[in-house]
Amino acid sequence: MLSRTADNLFWLARYTERADFVARILDAAMRLASLPSSYSGERNEWESALASAGSMETFQGLYSATNEDTVRDFLAFSPANPSSIRNCLELARTNARAVRTALTTEMWEGINGAWLEFKRFDGRSMSREEFARFLEWVKSLSLMFEGSAHRTMLRNDAYWFTRLGLAMERADNTARIIDVKYHVLLPENERVGGSLDYFQWTTILREVSALTAYHWVYRDRIRPMRVADLLILNRQMPRSLASCYEVMVRHLDLTADAYGRRGPSQRLASATLGRLNDLAIEEIFAQGLHEFIEAFILDNNQLGTAVAEQYLT
Amino acid sequence: MGAFDEMGPMAADVREAYAGLKRWLEATPRDVFDTRRSQAELFFRRIGITFAVYGDNEAAERLIPFDIIPRVLTKPEWSIVERGLTQRVQALNMFLADIYSGQECIKAGVIPADLVYRNPHYRLEMVDVAVPHGVYCHIAGIDIVRVDESTFYVLEDNARTPSGVSYMLENREVMMRLFPELFAEHRVAPIENYADSLLSSLRSVAPASASRDPVVALLTPGQFNSAYYEHSFLADKLGVELVESSDLIVRDDVVYMRTTEGPKRVDVLYRRIDDEYLDPLVFRPDSVLGVPGLMSAYQAGNITLANAVGTGISDDKAVYTYMPEIIRFFTGEEPILSNVPTWRCRERDALGHVLDNLHELVVKEVNGSGGYGMLVGPHATRAEIEEFRRKLKRDPDGFIAQPTLALSTCPTFVASGVAPRHVDLRPFVLTGADGVHIVPGGLTRVALKEGSLVVNSSQGGGTKDTWILDG
Amino acid sequence: MRLRVLHETRYAYDQPARGLIQVMRLTPASHEGQHVRRWRIDPSVDGSLKVKEDTLGNTIHVFSADGAVDQLVVRVSGEVETFDTHGVVTGTAERVPEAFFLRDTDLTTPDDALRAFAAEAGGSPDPLTRLHDLLKAINGTIVFDTAPTHAATTAAEAFAMRRGVCQDLTHVFIATARHLGIPARYVSGYFFRADGVVEQEAGHAWAEAKVPGLGWVGFDPANGIATGPAHLRLAIGLDYLGAAPIRGSRYGGGNETLDVRLRVDNGQSQAQG
Repeated sequence: MLSRTADNLFWLARYTERADFVARILDAAMRLASLPSSYSGERNEWESALASAGSMETFQGLYSATNEDTVRDFLAFSPANPSSIRNCLELARTNARAVRTALTTEMWEGINGAWLEFKRFDGRSMSREEFARFLEWVKSLSLMFEGSAHRTMLRNDAYWFTRLGLAMERADNTARIIDVKYHVLLPENERVGGSLDYFQWTTILREVSALTAYHWVYRDRIRPMRVADLLILNRQMPRSLASCYEVMVRHLDLTADAYGRRGPSQRLASATLGRLNDLAIEEIFAQGLHEFIEAFILDNNQLGTAVAEQYLT
Repeated sequence: MGAFDEMGPMAADVREAYAGLKRWLEATPRDVFDTRRSQAELFFRRIGITFAVYGDNEAAERLIPFDIIPRVLTKPEWSIVERGLTQRVQALNMFLADIYSGQECIKAGVIPADLVYRNPHYRLEMVDVAVPHGVYCHIAGIDIVRVDESTFYVLEDNARTPSGVSYMLENREVMMRLFPELFAEHRVAPIENYADSLLSSLRSVAPASASRDPVVALLTPGQFNSAYYEHSFLADKLGVELVESSDLIVRDDVVYMRTTEGPKRVDVLYRRIDDEYLDPLVFRPDSVLGVPGLMSAYQAGNITLANAVGTGISDDKAVYTYMPEIIRFFTGEEPILSNVPTWRCRERDALGHVLDNLHELVVKEVNGSGGYGMLVGPHATRAEIEEFRRKLKRDPDGFIAQPTLALSTCPTFVASGVAPRHVDLRPFVLTGADGVHIVPGGLTRVALKEGSLVVNSSQGGGTKDTWILDG
Repeated sequence: MRLRVLHETRYAYDQPARGLIQVMRLTPASHEGQHVRRWRIDPSVDGSLKVKEDTLGNTIHVFSADGAVDQLVVRVSGEVETFDTHGVVTGTAERVPEAFFLRDTDLTTPDDALRAFAAEAGGSPDPLTRLHDLLKAINGTIVFDTAPTHAATTAAEAFAMRRGVCQDLTHVFIATARHLGIPARYVSGYFFRADGVVEQEAGHAWAEAKVPGLGWVGFDPANGIATGPAHLRLAIGLDYLGAAPIRGSRYGGGNETLDVRLRVDNGQSQAQG
């Protein structure tokens, strides 16, 4: 397969996943914003949404105030924000169009249709309710994309590169949320207790759509260390770092077998997965959660570079 | 107008080739046609021909109109055209080989030296380059018009990167889906082997250094090119990679494409990029569509470009006027297909005649294409005629003139029902190591405006399926 | 005259560049006006260096390097003996009919202003006189100025500004000569300065025109003179692009910083400080 084709498929998957992630962040912020401030604390939930999306700097260059209107506009609709839902959908479609013949009709029509439909939404005039429906719609797109890929694509390198892109984006998103919110997960904060922290933790879980999963897995009240465990090490949880790396290792291995050659991507991915499998959450906390996540993000980026060099350029 | 109608007068004598179609037109209720026409449009939209024009809001307008009434030629008519095209393209290839090596036709005075050497499409880089099997023009789209029962003229030789073949194939596809019963009643020569024929032609001209299983790729300027749909369509049908310049690298005079399994050698490049953009180190330095080092690899004989670099000289309308002599010189035969009688404005007497008769002539720029830069005297305003008069006086070498031809007409669906409209024909002529191949038919373009002679899609033309009746 | 040349072109890239390819027309050929005693091209980076000859008779080196490169220096050094032939260029390989050199290119197509200028300056019936008149007129009309023009400036644009470098003056000369029906071509090369300045900013360019009965004759519009032993001829083309000393490309590399060092001396004088 042409490297460019693989690159387009990889980024198509990443942008679709990123759109979903940004929608979840906005969704969580909306919930937090609708709580009386005695529950959600003094901190501005819209600032926190920007931090989760990792785009505080770009935002500050564009807007003077941080509030619901500006953050909604920036994260969902702004052409100036490279990771806005708008740009993610457009870039997904640009990538899809470039590899039109490598996609199944279902996938192409889904992605093309999404972009065409997006242009019918007018962000400024949306009520909260309409905006919530819009976010639901965005989230349904990633389901459509994954579903149609899963149901219609041949299981060959084209499929593997989309799975790889999706898992890498997910891992990055989950890690970034932990990175900007690690302080609320630290044990010393648990002692502070109170409803404020509870809502911070549930917000994190919502952002990665793991609130229900948490209860199923731990059957316990929300405790920060368990939140961290769920997001980092739990292999049942599809957005955990360990799960994402399982997916990446599996599809990198399939690629290596098909091409008859292993390379830096395979080595880096299985080394990271190995670490995630060997560690217990207590050890991570003992090492320092922040340091651990920072190192992980670096490793994940390094893997991205390795994949790009080995396959995509 | 007095144009020749290929079906014949609707009321009375229908020409035999159209007898079946006439019955069909008369017997089919109007609402069935309306339904079929909207189904055809839907089909073209769904397969994505509209998608090629990207401007999402304008996509609807930019669909090239398709007319469901086929254009029909009989086998004897077609075989004249076919023999004429074969002869012409063979001569064209011999001419190109000669002007890049030997220049016998210039020495013999068949064509003036300055027409060749001063032509911007004459590529010095190609002089004495041995192209594989001596084939320069692998794919030609020769535009043909008909003026009466037995006269076909060649209007233009498109020897660079002719487009439109995807419409030829898709038009047939949609007709077979919509009107299977019509195909049951007519023995229409099939065209779906075009892609196979193209692929084997391309593989046959792989360079000597290629492996036994030559790798072919199709080079496109990218998805923002207006013919991108055709490029991806053909790559798909051929089963070859659709590459952009960034997918190709040249190392040690060998061309590779970047794949997920590492660099893979390319032997034959079916390029849909003009010469000027092919290699920024040799041609336009600002080209981002090209591949640095490609010409060096080409000159070293490590890749075949289809078409060869430098074929554009035969698209020049001044060179066109010499085609009859070129055919005689290289084949020793009389041309089977005639040129449209043409005045070369570079010749003083001809210029005088043209300037005196601008109102009834068609004047074309020697380097123009796509119906641009053209004066249609009888349809032009006084101001347009005066503007051309000035242009002609300033640069007579830049123009040729032809009589306004009464192009043949074919029955066509228009708002008021079925009416005659002017058509032309672009057959696609393939040349491989083993000679010339032509799928029977071509792309029929139709001027949808009443009385209009301009069939180009950029100027409101449509297309039709073209049938060659087998016996 | 014995001319010694040391010409270094240094490319520095912000980030490592890959897939470097350079096409170099940097090698003089011997003919009656010049004898090449020694000549070398040394790229500072490992790669493949292939030598070819193009249809015009220019020697071309194609240099390509695969690995990542953050700096490339192309070092050209040599020594050429030159002779006074009164501007007439003989003994060159001429494979292309002179009609070819009447072709206008994007860089040399004249506009109305240039056509009028050519008609006015080139009125003499004698072609040689016509060319000398053009040479004087161009040299007197266009002021040498490195600021306003660049590699892609056309003859018409430079003429409209009445400013330019040797490349622009040469393009104007070629455009007007061709307009008058005289075949003309672009020459790139080196020039030895009579004023003792040996360190130069850039190479030189001039034109050659085909004079009936004489052959190709060199005209240097930037200096307003016919060519002589001070001119070292490297390559010819229809215009700058066809004779360019170096045309290159690369992948990545970010911004490029270009630095040229050129020294042309006659083997006797040493640089004075």
